[in-house]
Amino acid sequence: MDSVLIPEGVSRCSAKKFFLWTLPWILILIWGAVSAVLCLWKALNQTNMSNIFAFALWIVFDLGLIALGAGAFFTGFLTYIIGKKELKDIINAAVIIGFICYSGAMAILGIDIGQPLRGWFIFWHANIHSMLVEVSFCITCYLMILTIEFLPIILENNKLEEIKPARLFGKNLHSIMAIFAATGTFLSFFHQGSLGGMFGVMYARPFAARGGFYIWPWTFFLFILSAIATGPCFTILIVRITEKLTKKKLVPDRAIQFLAKLSGILLSIYIVLKITDTVSWICTEAHKAGLTFMDFYKEGPYGIWLPITEIGICGIIPAILLVVPKFRKDPKWLTIACILNCIGIVLNRFSFIIVTLAIPVLPFERFWSYLPTWQEWGIALASIAYGVLIFSLAYRYLPVFPKEKELNPIS
Amino acid sequence: MKHEHNKPLHRYGMVIDLDKCTGCGTCVVACASENNVSVRPDESDKKRFISWMQLYMITNGKEYPYTEVCYIPRPCMHCEEDGHGNPHPPCVSVCVATATRVDINTGIVSQIPTRCIGCRYCQAACPYHARYFNWWDAYFPKGKGLERYLSPEVSVRMRGVVEKCTFCHHRYMRAKRKAEAEGRRELKEEEYITACTEACPAGAITFGDLNNPKHKVSQLIKSDRAFRLLERLNTKPKVYYLSSKEWVRRMADNYLPEELKPVKPLALRR
Repeated sequence: MDSVLIPEGVSRCSAKKFFLWTLPWILILIWGAVSAVLCLWKALNQTNMSNIFAFALWIVFDLGLIALGAGAFFTGFLTYIIGKKELKDIINAAVIIGFICYSGAMAILGIDIGQPLRGWFIFWHANIHSMLVEVSFCITCYLMILTIEFLPIILENNKLEEIKPARLFGKNLHSIMAIFAATGTFLSFFHQGSLGGMFGVMYARPFAARGGFYIWPWTFFLFILSAIATGPCFTILIVRITEKLTKKKLVPDRAIQFLAKLSGILLSIYIVLKITDTVSWICTEAHKAGLTFMDFYKEGPYGIWLPITEIGICGIIPAILLVVPKFRKDPKWLTIACILNCIGIVLNRFSFIIVTLAIPVLPFERFWSYLPTWQEWGIALASIAYGVLIFSLAYRYLPVFPKEKELNPIS
Repeated sequence: MKHEHNKPLHRYGMVIDLDKCTGCGTCVVACASENNVSVRPDESDKKRFISWMQLYMITNGKEYPYTEVCYIPRPCMHCEEDGHGNPHPPCVSVCVATATRVDINTGIVSQIPTRCIGCRYCQAACPYHARYFNWWDAYFPKGKGLERYLSPEVSVRMRGVVEKCTFCHHRYMRAKRKAEAEGRRELKEEEYITACTEACPAGAITFGDLNNPKHKVSQLIKSDRAFRLLERLNTKPKVYYLSSKEWVRRMADNYLPEELKPVKPLALRR
């Protein structure tokens, strides 16, 4: 039915099978749409956010998505600026994943703010001292860059390629992609850092507050490092899942191995710095505020398991698995390492958002709990469903993996 | 990074004598009434209600007959620094849309609801929980006459924005206009006081210019009984408290185990 749209020389499942695959994700998207309408129409009382939990599930998803989407800019940087040719086999997938993550995060943010129609005030009445302004500017610009990077891939579609101006436009965009990759790298460094800075500069919140260099708290640098250490792993993970579902080899091992090795090295450096930062924070910021390490991990479910899981299980272990060639070259261990790495970064963002707010600073303030409502889950899960749908559509109709034809010849 | 900065000419601040406070809640009601604070049909949701002046009850954690109780009214602290030596409160520097600012003439931390986009970053940055988000549209029970008592001097806030204590800034503007009409540049001490100060039946709240040595507040803060909430965070609040009880003063901040034996906290929000 849709065969004219499918790239030449590759096999795809039937339209019916593809529709059945998309159906559950469409249902989740509808759940998200209903939740969004309710939140926009009846206001944010539809959520379980509160004056205590001013940031909640949606911001965790936002920061998680943005960190995991860092594979796009980092792979782009390595491909177009450093000139790693083997990454050309995975760059399209990385760009699409980045686009999905950033556009999903922006959509969630649009619902998360109390007055969405005033979103443009961030640019009009910008407070240049706010890290969130830097984040907003960079994310908005970077999403435009990602759209420009995604456009040539869309224009490579069979039918669209028949339109000459579109084809020429796509080819021309391809030839100047290095400029966009460089701009994207610059913007990404700043917004990944500013997202960390957002928490580090909350100097009156002892769990988040950090010292730093000039105007940048240490979290600024740690967020950049953790994002570039995890982003490529998330790209690998998505490629692995796609390969598993399609029962095809889509990306040559050398590209995967290069990204995995680099992730491992960066993750190792990050974990060393993260441990140093944690120890330094206990001895300085927390100590100055009159709080011990355990004071932050004694309330509700936010126990000591959080840093142990984040730094130990989802930090040190994947770092070892990715650095040691024996494990990295084993697909099972590689997948486990990527999963752990991704969980680790999400836990890191979760801690900075939720634990910071959950732990009362006033000694006589009580601890309040928070559980998201179905509307919050609806919108959060819709971002995943949206991602699956976009990626599925891209895989079906666009030449996402340049080596697919070569690796899977149709007999 | 430490900054030296010029302090404003006036630094309006508050001193609350906890030895006098009976926890009657008049300050809370006066504040809400003066500032058109919206109510909910069910005010028991203490995580999402709005109370610019919030009343805490704390006890010394001891069994009867040694139990002691103290009430802590908590307005916005109108902090002078962000805890890192920068000359603005923790909430001001983080605001994306410049919807909250420090008045350089008075030191009052203002909130501009019509500019607020409702990102709630300021709430996250404030350790005192002094900022409130409008989770619902403003509500004043119909047919009970409440809407007729709304003050024309203070805008009713819409849903999706943050609001907080402004030290009854409209009263300051009113007093200033009056003084200007009378050809005066300076306000008299009693000319500008907040609604909670005026309403407190026990006279526990004193308001005035901390920079003016003639004002009572500037003398009271020198008392041995004076302390501020979370002083260790170095946010330099302009709201001071007075208490003769050591356990109350101790409950105002966090201490490391080797510094003080902590008193078991027990707090109820009212």
